[in-house]
Amino acid sequence: MSTQRAAWTFVAPALFVLGVFLVLPACAALLLSLTDFDIYALASSDNLRFVGLGNYRDVLTTPLFWKALANTVWFVALALPLSLATSLGAALLLNSPLARFKGLHRTALFAPVVTTVVAVAIIWRYLFHTRYGLINHALGFIGISPVDWLGDPHWAMPALVLFAVWKNFGYNMIILLAGLQAIPQDLYEAARIDGASRWRRFWHITLPGLRPVLLLVAVITLAGYFQLFAEPYVMTRGDPLQSTVSVLYLMYEEGFRWWNLGRACAIAFLLFALILVVTRVLLRFVRARDETV
Amino acid sequence: MSVGTDSRTAKWIVNGLLVAGTVLTLLPLAWMLSASFMQPGEASHTPPPLLPAHATLANYRELFLRAGMGRYLLNSFLIAGAITLASLAFNLSAGYAFAKLRFAGRDRLFQIVLAALLVPLQVAMMPLFLLMKWLHLINSYGGVIVPALATALGIYLVRQYARSIPTDLIDAARIDGAGEWTIFLRIVLPLLRPMIVTLAVLTFLASWNDFMWPLIVLSDQAWQTAPVALAGLSREHVQDNELMMAGSVVTILPVLLLFLLLQRQYLQGLLLGSVKG
Repeated sequence: MSTQRAAWTFVAPALFVLGVFLVLPACAALLLSLTDFDIYALASSDNLRFVGLGNYRDVLTTPLFWKALANTVWFVALALPLSLATSLGAALLLNSPLARFKGLHRTALFAPVVTTVVAVAIIWRYLFHTRYGLINHALGFIGISPVDWLGDPHWAMPALVLFAVWKNFGYNMIILLAGLQAIPQDLYEAARIDGASRWRRFWHITLPGLRPVLLLVAVITLAGYFQLFAEPYVMTRGDPLQSTVSVLYLMYEEGFRWWNLGRACAIAFLLFALILVVTRVLLRFVRARDETV
Repeated sequence: MSVGTDSRTAKWIVNGLLVAGTVLTLLPLAWMLSASFMQPGEASHTPPPLLPAHATLANYRELFLRAGMGRYLLNSFLIAGAITLASLAFNLSAGYAFAKLRFAGRDRLFQIVLAALLVPLQVAMMPLFLLMKWLHLINSYGGVIVPALATALGIYLVRQYARSIPTDLIDAARIDGAGEWTIFLRIVLPLLRPMIVTLAVLTFLASWNDFMWPLIVLSDQAWQTAPVALAGLSREHVQDNELMMAGSVVTILPVLLLFLLLQRQYLQGLLLGSVKG
């Protein structure tokens, strides 16, 4: 009997915090998204009205929402494959029996992951500077004329992508490295004896062996990249010409700059519905391919 | 021999690429450090200088004496420290109970904790802000600390780890007349030590680097954490690159050092955490 009571005192504080500060607000957000909660309601709840799906209709007919959505999808479409390729490349190099000073390289390649995104965004904002930035300077050596990275609507998002890849690739690198080390060595031995080339070994042993890990990493990264916020907040403030306004940035502006908390909740739900759908489709697509193979 | 030269070339390529990757990865951080010691305006030259002509601490002096960075760093230390200690207490006791103690509704409650893993924080932010306002926790440390006191991921990680503790050990202590709290503090916690270190590093780094929620809750400068204050400063001082680099250095340095010291535990935690999917 006393074990029962002790157990409850052990779990109660944590469950209370999760319930009150996470689950309850998430449920309340659904209700809030059905109201016209704005700065007047913030002053007095008398000004609060139920508007049904009005916020969703408003958001879905606002051109800036579609622009933010297109920007975010563009960011994910560029950053996801580039990140995965960089992480996989780095993991393969670190896993190579020929590599030396592995620990040192691993630490260095992982370092950007633990850095504060705001602080490193400030560095990159400077590296991308049209006149004084090291990136344009380096491009000058191979004869490419200066790019106005953060001032040109075509280049601002690719610049954020480069920054995000640098900042994040180490995380997936570590997970993929663990995945590589779990592939049985005798498979490679057997293939080598059969005379399979390096490329064929990679294609027929490494990639299939990594499949579940790659899928996991892709889903985690995808969900993370859809939540793009700090990078545009620090580096571009959504500019130039709103080309780097992300969905979450729009939610932040709507909610905490203009205090339209109802609309902000609607934007948040739309974003997470989208993430859910995209990850589901990705998983189903992969499983469907598995069955046909 | 062709095989010998082939593998020698491969060795050169692998190590060459690794060194190039490491240099490219560290270059922005190295440049930040270098530029933080430059004279005001020195970094804004063509071609961009790689090293300061006359190294100076002027930027750091300006940062702490005029921009108040000391206060922001202190805020960050207190907030991240409090979150780490308190959430360890909450997550460890809950994770242990879910793993080892029998009580009515345990499995169903743990299912709810697992479901909470999937709740996106951003969705909860707007109502959470109103709740914090109602509790008068806006513009206070509490506004950042309280919602972070327990995490579903922390509880999950502790539970997975605590399941390996032999039940016999706990039963034997119970027969000897030890109370549940004594068992938890004297027997279980020492066995959970590796997990405690891992969780502590993960939590401290995540709270130090957290940006969006502190930005929302701490609009009053006096309470701002280093990243939030740095974002504000960078908007005021767009031209003062050297000053901003010094600001980045002092914001990154604590977490980078902590990572270097406890790298093994951190990476272990990262691998455990990623398997949750």
